[in-house]
Amino acid sequence: MLGKTANGLFWMYRYLERAENTARLIETGQRIALTRTGAGDGEWRSVLQTAGVSSSYDAGHGSLTKDQAIDWMLRSKDNPSSVLSSLEAARQNARMVRTALTHDVWEATNGTWMWARDLLSRKVAERDLPKVLHGVRERAALVRGATDGTMLRNDIYDFLRLGTFLERADNTARILDVKYYVLLPSVAAVGSSIDNVQWETILLSVSARGGFRMEYGSNATPRDIAQFLILDRRMPRSLRFCIGKMCDNLGYLVTSYGSRPPSHDRIDDLRACLEVDIETIFDSGLHEFIQKLLRRLGDLGRQIEIDYRFTE
Amino acid sequence: MGNGSVFDEMWGSDGQLRSSYAGVRDWLDSETPARLRAKSREAEDLFRLTGITFNVYGRAEAEERLIPFDIVPRVISAREWQRLSRGIEQRVRAINAFLHDIYHRQEIIRAGRIPVEMIARNEAFLPQMIGVTPPGGVYTHIVGIDLVRTGDDQFHVLEDNARTPSGVSYMLENRETMLQMFPELFARNRVQPVQTYPANLRRSLAACAPQANGTPTVAVLTPGIYNSAYFEHAFLADEMGVELVEGHDLRVVDGRVAMRTTEGYKPIDVLYRRVDDAFLDPLNFNPESTLGVPGIMDVYRAGGITIANAPGTGIADDKAIYSYMPEIVEFYTGERPLLENVPTWRCQDPEALAYVLDNLADLVVKEVHGSGGYGMLIGPTASRKEIAAFREKLKARPGNYIAQPTLSLSTVPIFTRAGLAPRHVDLRPFVLVSPGNIHITPGGLTRVALKKGSLVVNSSQGGGTKDTWVLED
Repeated sequence: MLGKTANGLFWMYRYLERAENTARLIETGQRIALTRTGAGDGEWRSVLQTAGVSSSYDAGHGSLTKDQAIDWMLRSKDNPSSVLSSLEAARQNARMVRTALTHDVWEATNGTWMWARDLLSRKVAERDLPKVLHGVRERAALVRGATDGTMLRNDIYDFLRLGTFLERADNTARILDVKYYVLLPSVAAVGSSIDNVQWETILLSVSARGGFRMEYGSNATPRDIAQFLILDRRMPRSLRFCIGKMCDNLGYLVTSYGSRPPSHDRIDDLRACLEVDIETIFDSGLHEFIQKLLRRLGDLGRQIEIDYRFTE
Repeated sequence: MGNGSVFDEMWGSDGQLRSSYAGVRDWLDSETPARLRAKSREAEDLFRLTGITFNVYGRAEAEERLIPFDIVPRVISAREWQRLSRGIEQRVRAINAFLHDIYHRQEIIRAGRIPVEMIARNEAFLPQMIGVTPPGGVYTHIVGIDLVRTGDDQFHVLEDNARTPSGVSYMLENRETMLQMFPELFARNRVQPVQTYPANLRRSLAACAPQANGTPTVAVLTPGIYNSAYFEHAFLADEMGVELVEGHDLRVVDGRVAMRTTEGYKPIDVLYRRVDDAFLDPLNFNPESTLGVPGIMDVYRAGGITIANAPGTGIADDKAIYSYMPEIVEFYTGERPLLENVPTWRCQDPEALAYVLDNLADLVVKEVHGSGGYGMLIGPTASRKEIAAFREKLKARPGNYIAQPTLSLSTVPIFTRAGLAPRHVDLRPFVLVSPGNIHITPGGLTRVALKKGSLVVNSSQGGGTKDTWVLED
């Protein structure tokens, strides 16, 4: 396979994952704004931070308003991580790697982009927002389903999965990075309703409310939430799950290529970081722990690009 | 152009249906306009989703456009096709012999059949190819011959595309779309298949590899996703099951052209390039080019890779050389040309220029190296102002132009809002050449001028396409 193709596949699926994650973050923000009485637009700051687009937002806007924040994340062409920009980048990469994709995957991706381009060409009215965001998630599921159902499990598949899970791990880690303080056992706020709402936010933003309840019932503690998002082996957006998947796909590449470049050491390090229990993580500092993971995820991505000759 | 003399391929001048169209007529009679309209829209959606678009140069916003597709097939009878394909084969053989001769002994010039300045001063002539024999002796691996029809048995070659003919993906997708939408049509009519083209292309290219050991590695070279024909490049690579590469994926490694894969550099045997000669190799041609591979020409000259089509084939589809094609065919095949040329005035010749300047309003004037319908004048439909402006361009660089009479192109019905209506068409059959073998896909790409009365079929100028049927005997 061409190095360029591996690059295109990796980024195509990162962008697809990003579009979906951003849509989910907007949904969460919207939900909180609607359920919280008297709260201003403050929640949108942390939503922007989680999406990693807070400072770029400030560069182009005087103040923070809900409408502008949503527009920035949903459809701004100036924001390379907006839902629309991400879907456009995913489709552009798909065009580049057209020969590596099945017709089903290409058509699902192209159709998603055409749908988003038409729907997001104008500002989305607040009453239409839920439908639009739901559509983004549905479309992302369509591409994922076509991928799962029609793509051969070869090196092509390995690279697209690496893109998916690196982006997903990064997203979950950023949610924890921005919201870690809510999960800390601070004396004043424990058990207050504000915390409950904040915990909800975290679970909502990774579509994990149902899964969490199934595992832990309704008596949740912040510790349980952290455990679920970081260390759970079955939760498809937890850090351990994502990193485990990347381990698998890098392993398959070793088998098909017969060589083991440095990115494999990086993924081993990452996995080793997670061989701890949640108490240890809290004792040594949740924030520091997440920061360390985010850095290592970044390093891993760069190493994969080098090892598999993504560019010259 | 006399309106009364237009040849319609479906209906005779007496209003009688031509027999090859009986199946199409029955089908049209059994459908309602509403259903056909719905099907027409369905076809468009299908094309959009598949991404069969092309980019129009010089229009920033309209980045990707769809080539309109008309659902009424164009039909060619087995007898007509047999005649046509014999003529095409003869012409393609002559073109390859001509190219070999021109880059070697130049017998045709010695024999006085073509003036030496037609070659020596021609920008399409590539001095780097002198004395080079491509692997297998094949110059034009893929050829598209543009034909127009003016009467029952009258076909003319409008132009030979010997560099990088495009449009074959439309031929294939048009058939695919018709098969999906109107399967019953193909159950009732015996139409020769075109879907084997990609497999034939791969086989034909592989047969031209420099060495005959093992399975040759074939790749398609594209200028990239912003090229107007990118869809076709990706489509062909996909259908052939080969890699689609860009210049920056390639480099010369150990005397071979190799592509950068996830496991390192891997050599290529046959490169089907969709990049023009000038951009192929910054070391040997345009040094500014980022689309090519530095040093590929040196590998090529040393016999290390097959480039399809060979560099320098443009000399054979140059429009000034075109006017010599009857002589060229006769010179190399010893036969009379089976396909007619369109009469052509070479404006380089002062007498011809004088005639052309006097008759601009009746002629079509084309740039010698132009393509895609850009930079041409269609006298009968041009305004006085356009003609006056063109006259100046022509006088400034007469050698850059040729002129032809406006031919009365045949018509085939298209489906319009008001029902069936005749529109002018041309035909581009696709020809594959490998050592000792010439293969012509039955049919080709029919381009149709969608505007009433218009003679311009180019997609860049608002033309559309049709599925083209060659019936079984």
